[in-house]
Amino acid sequence: MPRIVVDVMLKPEILDPQGKAIAGALPRLGFTSFEAVRQGKRFELSVDGEVTEEILAQAREAAETLLSNPVIEDVVNVEVFED
Amino acid sequence: MSAELPLIGDYSTPSTELSGARIGVVTFPGTLDDRDAARAVRAAGAEAVSLWHADTDLQDVDAVVIPGGFSYGDYLRAGAISRFAPMMAKIADAANSDAKLPVLGICNGFQILTESHLLPGSMIKNDHLKFICRDQLLRVENNQTAWTNGFEAGQEITIVLKNQDGQYVADEKVLDELEAENRIAFSYVGWNPNGSRRSIAGVSNKAGNVVGLMPHPEHAIEAGFGPDHRGTDGLAFFTSVLTHLVGGKK
Repeated sequence: MPRIVVDVMLKPEILDPQGKAIAGALPRLGFTSFEAVRQGKRFELSVDGEVTEEILAQAREAAETLLSNPVIEDVVNVEVFED
Repeated sequence: MSAELPLIGDYSTPSTELSGARIGVVTFPGTLDDRDAARAVRAAGAEAVSLWHADTDLQDVDAVVIPGGFSYGDYLRAGAISRFAPMMAKIADAANSDAKLPVLGICNGFQILTESHLLPGSMIKNDHLKFICRDQLLRVENNQTAWTNGFEAGQEITIVLKNQDGQYVADEKVLDELEAENRIAFSYVGWNPNGSRRSIAGVSNKAGNVVGLMPHPEHAIEAGFGPDHRGTDGLAFFTSVLTHLVGGKK
């Protein structure tokens, strides 16, 4: 079943408290190469049948209206995976 | 429903004129503070009307309170799913109509109002990442709204703050607009408890009929139970809207 994958990230100018906490924990496990962490969200929308342009457009609209809040977040990627 | 008279309270004649107003209190799956909000409405002298999120009948209420809690478990983003409830569509229409239905969003209710774009900005996790519960000192920045006219401008009040996603954020342009248009309704005094931009605790829309804030006025309406076991500063939110409805101060 094909999936449309939507990735949402906090806007770059919005401080990400969760990412900051993760960045603080990494060195404790010996991972010292990472300067910063930002945490996002990944949504997988499964489609029964072919992903048409219309369905993809619906996914993009859903990404902008429900899956993300444009005040604080950006939709950074919408991608179709045929498995 | 029988009247819930508090055991300890001041039952002298209220200074504001009572109006027989009907104030709706919305319940979503996961709402926690609807009963306290309804109790606050009754304590102020109005009739509390329960509104269910999936219904579309506003039942001719004169104002609406969207109470706090964790609607839909805060899944996706706090308020993001509730915002699309049928009742919210009705409330948004009525708030934006000429009638300018007064709407107060408390905590999760504030988050629902920002997700609905009835109020600008949004809330993200507290900057210190912890749930916080404390008696919070606030300054009333704008006493010209439907829900704040009973306060003095600049008055300092103490009500309860309890949340995890309480950090108010908006871009600089929006923040400048809010300041210029006197739409910051409340700010935190002293310590900023969650990293909110410009210490904003609550804001209003342009018309002043829609107000949202993170702290909980409905938990500070009764002597014996409010902040420091004495505080009743929250009651003025609910009497303010009655004054507004009977055509008093804006």
